[in-house]
Amino acid sequence: MSALPASVDDVSAGLRAAGYLPGESTALVSYLATRLGKPVLVEGPAGVGKTELAKALSRYLDRRLVRLQCYEGLDEAKALYEWNYRKQLLRIQTEADGTGWDAVQDDIFGEEFLLSRPLMQAIAADEPVVLLIDEIDKTDQEFEAMLLELLSDFQITIPELGRIEARTHPVVLLTSNNTRELTEALKRRCLYLWLDYPDTEHELEIVRLHAPELGETIARKLVEVIHEVRELDLKKPPSIAESIDWARALLLLGADDISQDVFRETMSIIVKHRTDLDTVAERVGVRLAA
Amino acid sequence: MTFDGQVVRLGDALRAEGVAIGTSELNDAFAALGEVPWAIPDDFREALAATLAKSPEDRRIFDLVFERFFFRATEAEAIRQGVREGGLQAAEEDGITGGERIELDNLREQLLQAIRDGDDAAMRDLARLAIAAFGRRGEGSGVLGVDVQRIRRALGLRSEPGGPVRDVEREDEDGLPTLTRDQIRRFEAHLRRELERAQIERTQALPPSRPLTELDRSLPTGPLQDLAAVHRVVAQLKRRLATQGHETRGRKRHAHVDVRRTMRASLQTGGVPVVLKYRPRRPRRPELYVLCDVSTSVTSASVFFLSVLHALHDAFRKMRSFVFVERISEVTGVFERERSFRAASEAISKDAGVADVSGYTDYGRVWNEFLTQVEDDLHPRATVIVLGDARTNGRDPRADVFAKIADRAGRTFWLNPEPRLYWNYGDSVIATYERFCEAHECWTTRQLEDFVKALTRPTWD
Repeated sequence: MSALPASVDDVSAGLRAAGYLPGESTALVSYLATRLGKPVLVEGPAGVGKTELAKALSRYLDRRLVRLQCYEGLDEAKALYEWNYRKQLLRIQTEADGTGWDAVQDDIFGEEFLLSRPLMQAIAADEPVVLLIDEIDKTDQEFEAMLLELLSDFQITIPELGRIEARTHPVVLLTSNNTRELTEALKRRCLYLWLDYPDTEHELEIVRLHAPELGETIARKLVEVIHEVRELDLKKPPSIAESIDWARALLLLGADDISQDVFRETMSIIVKHRTDLDTVAERVGVRLAA
Repeated sequence: MTFDGQVVRLGDALRAEGVAIGTSELNDAFAALGEVPWAIPDDFREALAATLAKSPEDRRIFDLVFERFFFRATEAEAIRQGVREGGLQAAEEDGITGGERIELDNLREQLLQAIRDGDDAAMRDLARLAIAAFGRRGEGSGVLGVDVQRIRRALGLRSEPGGPVRDVEREDEDGLPTLTRDQIRRFEAHLRRELERAQIERTQALPPSRPLTELDRSLPTGPLQDLAAVHRVVAQLKRRLATQGHETRGRKRHAHVDVRRTMRASLQTGGVPVVLKYRPRRPRRPELYVLCDVSTSVTSASVFFLSVLHALHDAFRKMRSFVFVERISEVTGVFERERSFRAASEAISKDAGVADVSGYTDYGRVWNEFLTQVEDDLHPRATVIVLGDARTNGRDPRADVFAKIADRAGRTFWLNPEPRLYWNYGDSVIATYERFCEAHECWTTRQLEDFVKALTRPTWD
């Protein structure tokens, strides 16, 4: 399906069908993104489903997902395009004598010698894609600046070739864990979506979706415990991903209730720090039924 | 006023609160509004938020401003068109009869149900009934904030101190069901709104609009419940500190030439300094002496400060921490031993018993004791930070001793958890100390961040 969604409810239903339960604002912003063709900046704590949203969108819109994982030191050669030096060199060596400089130069800076990287792929694709630029906050400011042209005009300028414009309009999602303030210029070009931990009912639904065999009461209890753990002052509070893992683990163990013992044994699935483990055991664990 | 105009004015209101909104954002907002049905409040609001508010902080401000702005816009329109709701009278007529006590009990029961269900419409109606009932008792003070609290108390709504969500159903000693703070806050917001609406209807005029106070967006001050929020801020701060010094650009970027290394490198090129070597920029890692007031007047702030300093412990080369009330006691060891902040703060509150004799801060004595303890260690590269409200309880501030400390240390900072407005009122003597140190007000996360930046500003040493 490459037609644009007609309403917010469409998007909401579509994402559900793709295995993602969107919150109200998530569906709305996704809808706006497809309609307005603007990139979306998604921020929120780790593990609330930022990357998952992009995947679900690509499934729902039936578009290929092109993913660019950002890291410190990422440069345009890795993100945009690179000249294939070896091939260029070979081309020059196999060149018969007497060919003029101009001819060779025209020749080796052609598309044939271009290695396209994710951003370029997204732009040049024949079919519209979903472009995910993951953890944009890990890169340097220079890289952000380089993205500006791509995000506002969907085009890339290659000095030797000229401007390459997008043939199709990709849906762009940028995710950030908010470790560093992004520049105003980047934010200005994006719609903004803040994903937070969901409320109990919503999370219960998510857990049920991913572990449908888990009993109703135990699922509810699981979500309640997770919420309680999140209230504590932890180094790394459990995210949705951890709730789902825990639900699956409980299924595997065949547990039918979260008792103190079960909790103690499986606690390490939701809490990942030594000191956090102690805190959680002491504050939450003891209050469960023995 | 057309609707477009209202959205533009909302943009203005947001700008006035410091949210950066350019024309392009407003254009986006209109483009987005073209795609969603305007009549659905949530969609309308989210569409605006997605295009106008681009950080969690901005989003908070957006919500506050949005609420106020459209509330005022509606009321202004109502006055202009002469619409009166008469809601309060109607409520009285079909309302609950019988003795006042019963009425309140009845109300409370319905309220608890509504609050627990999170039913906003019911909460609003009940808030009106409560205001009407309260108005008949003639206890209204005319001041919104005061009335809200009085009504809340009259209804016997109270939050469980620091209780987790799960215990909502539990009953406290008086047999009154307890609610979480958030739930109560939500109801209070309804109360405040309805009171304001009634007031506007009475006076037929909007009160002058007032900007959001800093308090609306200030630091979370409740001690333990909000500590997690504080820690998130601190974690961010720490990461920013770690990457500091790499990001200065442009004019500030120029560096000092390292002559020795340049000469050395020039040997390769026959003594001609072709390649210049620069001195690396390093963030300043000062030796810190921190004095923290833990008397009751600044409790919440000092918990916050201590947690920040605890978290920053490894960002500094050497750090010694002291707490004081009437006398000082060193707590460096506690912070080094205890990795978790909760354990540390417990240890300190036990320890502070040593420092606390009468419960009143005695700055003069504190300076004297501090000077004797660290006099020999203080040197020009040491930094002294005092966290306190400079309220002497009428005792001698002994600024001369403080001057001596400031003189020996390289830099001296004073962080005051009170807004600058309250400085030097009552028994606050910050002015006498300010002559010898840099005094910062520090009660929002932004102020704290500015301070940490100032503290670690890179130098050439």
